[in-house]
Amino acid sequence: MNKNDEELFVLISGRSTRQGTSLNESKFSKEYIEETGVVQICPEDMARLGLVAGDIVCLRADQRSINIPCVASKEKELPSGLLFMAYGDWSSRLMGSDTHGTGMPNSKGTDVFLSKVCSSKTD
Amino acid sequence: MQNELKVVSNATCTFCGCVCDDIELTVEGTHITKAKNACVLGKAWFLNHQGGDGPAARIRGKESTVEEAVEEAARILVNARFPIIYGLSDTTCEAQRIAVAIADWVGASVDTTTSVCHGPSGMAFQGVGEITCSLGEVRNRADLVIFWGSNPAESHPRHWGRYSTMPKGLFVPNGRKDRTVVLVDVRRTKSAPAADIFLQIKPRKDFEVLWMLRALVKGIPIQESDLADTGVTLEQLQNLVDKMKACKFGVLFFGMGLSMTRGKHLNVEAALALARDLNAFTRFYANPMRGHGNVTGADNVVSWQTGYPFGVNLGRGYPRFNPGEFTTTDTLARKEADAAMIIASDPMGNFSQEAREHLQGIPFIALDTKETSTTRAAAVSFTTATYGINVPGTVYRMDDVPIPLRPAFESPYPSDEKILHALEKKVLQLLREKLQAAN
Repeated sequence: MNKNDEELFVLISGRSTRQGTSLNESKFSKEYIEETGVVQICPEDMARLGLVAGDIVCLRADQRSINIPCVASKEKELPSGLLFMAYGDWSSRLMGSDTHGTGMPNSKGTDVFLSKVCSSKTD
Repeated sequence: MQNELKVVSNATCTFCGCVCDDIELTVEGTHITKAKNACVLGKAWFLNHQGGDGPAARIRGKESTVEEAVEEAARILVNARFPIIYGLSDTTCEAQRIAVAIADWVGASVDTTTSVCHGPSGMAFQGVGEITCSLGEVRNRADLVIFWGSNPAESHPRHWGRYSTMPKGLFVPNGRKDRTVVLVDVRRTKSAPAADIFLQIKPRKDFEVLWMLRALVKGIPIQESDLADTGVTLEQLQNLVDKMKACKFGVLFFGMGLSMTRGKHLNVEAALALARDLNAFTRFYANPMRGHGNVTGADNVVSWQTGYPFGVNLGRGYPRFNPGEFTTTDTLARKEADAAMIIASDPMGNFSQEAREHLQGIPFIALDTKETSTTRAAAVSFTTATYGINVPGTVYRMDDVPIPLRPAFESPYPSDEKILHALEKKVLQLLREKLQAAN
């Protein structure tokens, strides 16, 4: 994937065991920040886009965007085209504030554009 | 005294909505060293508990006495034109009750974290009705258990072992062998290997698949082409419908995969309507998988006090319910609220950017057991004792069953209830003074 090339994905945020356990320590703990500050991509999409674990990608939803490291999800956990982030500060930054009359912004199944920012080594 | 060893039996874990009340805690002084029966999340909840060494109260970041902070908090609420009170799902029902009373006195909007988790489910209950049963009934009777948009292996680890799939019950004497377990999700989560049937649907197709199931249950023929882009086949759905109709006691547990995805309350309405339809053939129920330890209690308490479960405005002296208008994300993102009190919640860490920016710009009060982005940004913050570990009281399990708390030891910090009680008194005093001055 070249810099600035964007591809459309669907982002799911949700609970993970590590997010839940580290939450009890502190939301400022290294483990919590690590767990919630990474996006999981299926291994096939990682390979297709030329991404390796630790590469920084940009996720953009409407006017909101975050730069975040990526890792490959466990085999078969994610289908192609789907991204996963453990629920937390970073995933919430991509949420819009329109709740469509429910009080709940779209937090799962959000369209996001993914682009590569820089490699985990040097870029 | 500091190193006194004691065992607390039948302690209650308030980390998640399972509210397991069979935990055996070993307590050494003010540290919990063992939490027998607790899951991985429960162990982290109990064993990471810190006694705390920071101040009990701060005003604009500076240490203060609790009394000074209560006075400043009361002033903020009484002087506001559109105050909001939010959070409440990680504290006792006793504290929640006082928070609603304060909202009533100052004419605030009162809203709970339900509005950003199963709020849409609450709307769906009003539209369709709640086809519900207790987890005890599930344990003793359920022979078909479906999880939809939920990953209990990571979010509610003891749900399966204690209530829904593994235990031997009165009418399911062989436990897991007597049950069929189905998982429906867009991801092959860690819960999938434990299910007999896993249906991996495409993202944002829950509504369509649920309505196709309703059609099949009612005997309305559908075509394979109707299921295009859903990720499932007609054969898979017909097989599931056959199992749903043939079971003796079925239950569909739905998670935030339904309530947080596009469609939201309409997705949940479809799930509830499916459960309702199935009662023409067998006993079938649909229950939400609730997250926080007492989020169900928050729904109950706000409903007792106002008639509505969340997103309630008391500004006109009587309750008005309108999700989207009086829910907290909306009142903040639209820049309507001019003061706030956040209880046991962290909107500065998990709300939309627009909502966070507005909250940061208005005076607000925060009560929490730990330091968070919200307590850091608050004009007045209180560090409070942890419910269930330090504080007794009542919480509601996800199936609306009230459970008493058996605390392990006292905290140096006051409880939410104590702070809110003092705040209510001070608010009343200031309101009286304001009234006298106006006359």
